[in-house]
Amino acid sequence: MSIGLSHYLLLSAILFSISVAGIFINRKNVIVLLMCIELMLLAVNFNFIAFSHYLGDLSGQIFVFFILTVAAAESAIGLAILILLFRNRASINVEDMDGMRG
Amino acid sequence: MENIYLTIVFAPLLAAIVTGLFGRQIGRAGAHWLTILAVALSCGLSLYVLKGIVADGDPVFNGSVYTWADIDGLHMEVGFLIDRLTALMMAVVSFVSLMVHIYTIGYMRDDPGYQRFFSYISLFTFSMLMLVMSNNFLQLFFGWEAVGLVSYLLIGFWYKRPTAIVANLKAFLVNRVGDFGFILGIAGIYFYTGTLDYSQVFQQAPTLTSQTMQILPGMDWQVLSVICICLFIGAMGKSAQVPLHVWLPDSMEGPTPISALIHAATMVTAGIFMVSRMSPLFELSTTALGFVLVIGAMTAFFMGLLGVVQNDIKRVVAYSTISQLGYMTVALGASAYAAGIFHLTTHAFFKALLFLAAGSVIIAMHHEQDIRKMGGLRKYMPVTYWTAVVGSLALIGFPGFSGFFSKDALIEAVHLSQAPGAGVAYWAILLSVFVTALYTFRLLFLTFHGKERMDRHTREQLKESPLVVTVPLVLLAIPSAIIGWFTIEPLLFGGFFGGSISVLPAQDVLARLGHEFHGPAAFVLHGIKGPAFWLSIAGVGTAWWVYLKNPGLSTKISRRINRLYELLVNKYYFDDFNEKIVAAGGRAVGRILWQIGDEKIIDGGLVNGTANGIGWIANRVRGIQTGYLYHYAFTMIFGFAVLAAWLLLSG
Repeated sequence: MSIGLSHYLLLSAILFSISVAGIFINRKNVIVLLMCIELMLLAVNFNFIAFSHYLGDLSGQIFVFFILTVAAAESAIGLAILILLFRNRASINVEDMDGMRG
Repeated sequence: MENIYLTIVFAPLLAAIVTGLFGRQIGRAGAHWLTILAVALSCGLSLYVLKGIVADGDPVFNGSVYTWADIDGLHMEVGFLIDRLTALMMAVVSFVSLMVHIYTIGYMRDDPGYQRFFSYISLFTFSMLMLVMSNNFLQLFFGWEAVGLVSYLLIGFWYKRPTAIVANLKAFLVNRVGDFGFILGIAGIYFYTGTLDYSQVFQQAPTLTSQTMQILPGMDWQVLSVICICLFIGAMGKSAQVPLHVWLPDSMEGPTPISALIHAATMVTAGIFMVSRMSPLFELSTTALGFVLVIGAMTAFFMGLLGVVQNDIKRVVAYSTISQLGYMTVALGASAYAAGIFHLTTHAFFKALLFLAAGSVIIAMHHEQDIRKMGGLRKYMPVTYWTAVVGSLALIGFPGFSGFFSKDALIEAVHLSQAPGAGVAYWAILLSVFVTALYTFRLLFLTFHGKERMDRHTREQLKESPLVVTVPLVLLAIPSAIIGWFTIEPLLFGGFFGGSISVLPAQDVLARLGHEFHGPAAFVLHGIKGPAFWLSIAGVGTAWWVYLKNPGLSTKISRRINRLYELLVNKYYFDDFNEKIVAAGGRAVGRILWQIGDEKIIDGGLVNGTANGIGWIANRVRGIQTGYLYHYAFTMIFGFAVLAAWLLLSG
């Protein structure tokens, strides 16, 4: 059995679902939230690379570089916000972050 | 001529404005000089106009002087119609007004509101002249409301007295009822004829008789009758006819010059004038004339009776005024418009005289108005006494005095009338002759004759009033005594009014009466043989017997006819009816609308209900907004999944 496009897409979907589940189920830690978002982006990257290879078009892989760059920047900012949040509230518990409650 | 008319109207207005706004600067003397000169100018010019029209045969002036507004065919104009009727009214109004102005100098001498008072009465003269000189309904209505306003201001002139404030409110409210009818009538006229100009309306009047309108479904009413009755309801308010008379006795709270000018001589006759002016309309509606006749007869008789039991000197004269207005109204109903106007003219003189005489007594008595506390004033105030005697004789229609000519002609005219209700009206006004004589001489005897019942302090200070008071009395006494001799023939039978009053030949009772008229002297002789004269003599005799010869008798009589006496003292319970049914009913409706309509439905249901409903919904909805990011993310993903599934399945 050779490994084809559908396997890559399936792996990507599984990774994406894990990250979504991580966002929903996680109640304790904001860092886990950030990690889940990273994982979501990686799942998307998987899709790009798989299609790029499958279609023989390099622009998909170039796009992945961009996404990785943005993701790195995003996690840097995210962690910075997290540190400020911890300083102010002495907690990174997701349950405590309900300032937008109606 | 136009400039003369404008001067007549605007001279008093100008004086009123200057006196009203700059009263403090021009001072007391300035105020009365300015207003008196202005009114004297009006009076002189009015007499000149009257002379021009009557003696020199000047043509009737009918034209507009100013276009106020012109809206889609509705011309609102200020215009004058100067014919014989108008000229006569102008002369009467401005002459009585001038007398009252002079008299006021004496009566209001110590009053702090001196300038204000002069400003008001000048304003009144302006309003009344606008009313009588108008050539269209809009200006008539303006004058009508303006005299009502001034009347309101003057009844409440002493605004610190609670009774005066209640009285002026009452006058205003009762007049509002009448004015509502009046404006409905004007609206009806505009609706059916499309114009507000007198002459155009009168031209179209015959077409209105054939039209009908439905106010209540299934009942066809003649348009003209409805309009005339609506207009007459306005006249009932202003001219104090039953049941809208209740304000006039209370209006005596105002200063006495006002009672003489507004509430006896001029404003209250506006209704009579208006109906005469509208004679081309009223003539065509037998229904309306019958209505006028019956209302007038009821007023003349029943209001006269009330005068007999009143003890306030001014109220007696006030009820007498209402009763005499009833006489005039009866004349209108019998199509004897000229007789109504004739009685209006003579009444203006002698009733103003009686009021001013009453005022003179009130000055001497230090503002005591109860006739039970007077008596024997004859020897202290000879001028007032004799002028009051002249006024009283004129009022009861003693042969030779002005009131005799007008009243006797009026009674004879009603006797000849074939109008529905004329028979009853004839007996009612004939009996009122007795009543009139009774209350008039009761007043005269109790005030000027008999025992002196005032306290010692007042008695020591009794003296005749100053010249400014007695001169108008004398000047008014002269026409009260003699004016009938010269005016009866031209006014009633000589076609004085010409085209200004129109009467259908079939209903022209005055023309029929004219066949039997052979000069004023013969009229006097004929009058002495008539029942009216003997009834008035009987009235005077009764008054003399009951109030002068046997002073205790009146109490005994009132005790004997207790029921009737109670009814009269309570003024037929009109006031109680108005207070307990009309006013209380109005308040009850108001309370229902307030507590249920406003507080429950509008405030509770609409205003607070909307807010509460939105709050309730928001309370339920806010639960959805938890503030947790993962809830929002879940909703997004879930929504995306649903949309994607829908796209896939439907695609």
